[in-house]
Amino acid sequence: MKFLVCVSKAPDTTTKITFTDNNTKFNEDKVQWIMNPTDEWYALVKALELKEKLGGTVTTVTVGKADVEPVIRKGLAIGADDAVRIDADDVDAYQVAALIADYAKSEGYDIIFTGKETINYNGFMVAGMLSELLDLPYISLGVKLDLNGNTATVVREIEGGEETLEVKTPFVVSCQKGMAEARIPNMRGIMAARTKPLKVVAAASVDTYTTVHHFEAPKERGNVKLISPDNVEELVRLLHEEAKVI
Amino acid sequence: MSVLIFVETQEGKLKKSAREAASYGAKLAGKLGTDAVAVAVGKIDHSELATLGQQGVSKVLHEENAKLDHFDSRAFTKVVAAAADKAGATILILSSTFNGKALAPRLSVRLKAGVVTNATELANTEGTFTVKKAVFSGKGVANFTFATDKKIITVNANSFPIAKGEGSAAVEDFSAGLADSDFGVKVLHVEKAGEGIPLPEAELVVSAGRGLKGPENWGMIEEMANLLHAATACSRAVSDVDWRPHHEHVGQTGLTISPNLYIAVGISGAIQHLAGVSSSKTIVVINVDPEAPFFKAADYGIVGDAFAVVPKLNEALKKYYANN
Ligand SMILES: Cc1cc2nc3c(=O)[nH]c(=O)nc-3n(C[C@H](O)[C@H](O)[C@H](O)COP(=O)(O)OP(=O)(O)OC[C@H]3O[C@@H](n4cnc5c(N)ncnc54)[C@H](O)[C@@H]3O)c2cc1C
Ligand SMILES: Nc1ncnc2c1ncn2[C@@H]1O[C@H](COP(=O)(O)O)[C@@H](O)[C@H]1O
Repeated sequence: MKFLVCVSKAPDTTTKITFTDNNTKFNEDKVQWIMNPTDEWYALVKALELKEKLGGTVTTVTVGKADVEPVIRKGLAIGADDAVRIDADDVDAYQVAALIADYAKSEGYDIIFTGKETINYNGFMVAGMLSELLDLPYISLGVKLDLNGNTATVVREIEGGEETLEVKTPFVVSCQKGMAEARIPNMRGIMAARTKPLKVVAAASVDTYTTVHHFEAPKERGNVKLISPDNVEELVRLLHEEAKVI
Repeated sequence: MSVLIFVETQEGKLKKSAREAASYGAKLAGKLGTDAVAVAVGKIDHSELATLGQQGVSKVLHEENAKLDHFDSRAFTKVVAAAADKAGATILILSSTFNGKALAPRLSVRLKAGVVTNATELANTEGTFTVKKAVFSGKGVANFTFATDKKIITVNANSFPIAKGEGSAAVEDFSAGLADSDFGVKVLHVEKAGEGIPLPEAELVVSAGRGLKGPENWGMIEEMANLLHAATACSRAVSDVDWRPHHEHVGQTGLTISPNLYIAVGISGAIQHLAGVSSSKTIVVINVDPEAPFFKAADYGIVGDAFAVVPKLNEALKKYYANN
């Protein structure tokens, strides 16, 4: 079985977010990059679990410039066999999906894993676009996956419950909590990662569908109104009369 | 030209999010001087679909195919794309539901249309066409523009009010000519998570964290949620140790929600938690520690022990609902 895991970088979750160039660019100065959490914790580890059980290979793919390589190496340290970096700045979900599709179309992967969404632009888009570009079934928000031959049973989250479905390989699945238990790379893994293959491929020429026109800071909330714990009726009154939410 | 809205249904009824998306689409169509057309699939009465007229929809295309009672991103894409063709749509509106967000990117590729998910406001049509959404987990807001002629927008729950006008939409049967090969998944079964209000669409949410000490103490939280007709949520710390189910976990790595009211009990307000809830309209925080970071992100706060405050608050709510 050949498994492909799409991994992206993301700003560390505690990063202070600021913008430059007249609020048209995200200020990357001093940003600590991590692997996008759901890619690392669930997509990658699920692929590794399947490989350990059924045999095969786990490859990661990342659209990014050389500065993303520490993130890619972390994936190798956690256990991926090899990695591919498509050499381009990631500017928009369509561009990323088109580049990954262009690379993956002739590689014959059985399952393509992605995280639920990236925590930068919170798009939830790359996986769906990739499936359409490759004409594959797509299951979003997978929380469980068993593979038997070329038939997978996948549980996905739906509003107010879960749905169990059957799908034949090849397909694309986005992963969230429940899929797997996050793994921490050990010393052996970190050493091994240094010599595992990281292939850099040139980016095909693809379109961009959307761009950020300008950024804004989120709306500020006023100061908190403190209410005495002995006067909870006052909170109920404020929720009704002032906030008008009940 | 027209604006096409994909409306989701559940057990033969239009979902609330569908009416929000329809209201958004109709408003946008009005600004652009064109019609709002909706597309619905699966089993649902025409009389229910006609009520989309109240949201400003003039026509509904309905593909009633029993196979579409379960979601399949590939088959649904074919139907919505065919409807977009038929309606001559240049703008597509979907809800930011799980299925809406699985469908929008496929449609984007199929129709060569840029997509912006999780829109929080009506698109700006004066000058450059832009769509606003929260980025970096709520720590920034981005206004996106499109390089494509066709555009797709998914609308966040509770971001756009439901229009309540007069009128009835014309409902038309329609078929995209689906073949078996258009279906990629086979649904084996569906499990409901219980009777409560589903969190993603909830207008009011009561949430609790590690401050509650153990899962056995959630009774008072559930009671408050029942009184308010609210959904329940929790911090990641709590779902990590299985005090609460995973689907209740909000935050940067869980659900992002923007209810009208978010009440946080015994949650410290870590930045990753705030990421998922900071766009709530009103936030109430109950915490023993006056230094808890959550108070800085709250509208109303009570510094106090949850085990004393929550039961009193529940009594006050009972009194309030008895009189209102
Ligand atoms: C990459 C990453 C992603 C993450 N994603 C998420 C996410 O999506 N969502 C999320 O929630 N977290 C997330 N976290 C974890 C987050 O950093 C916090 O650890 C977590 O939110 C803490 O949960 P808590 O507030 O319930 O617990 P604690 O931080 O332990 O806070 C408990 C609070 O309860 C108060 N308290 C104690 N006793 C009482 C009482 N009797 N009455 C009232 N108050 C009381 C305390 O004062 C304290 O403020 C993430 C972390 C990382 C590193
Ligand atoms: N630059 C990238 N390189 C590789 N995979 C990516 C990239 N960006 C996003 N992805 C994958 O697509 C998923 C969804 O991303 P998004 O659509 O940005 O929310 C992520 O969880 C990753 O698995």
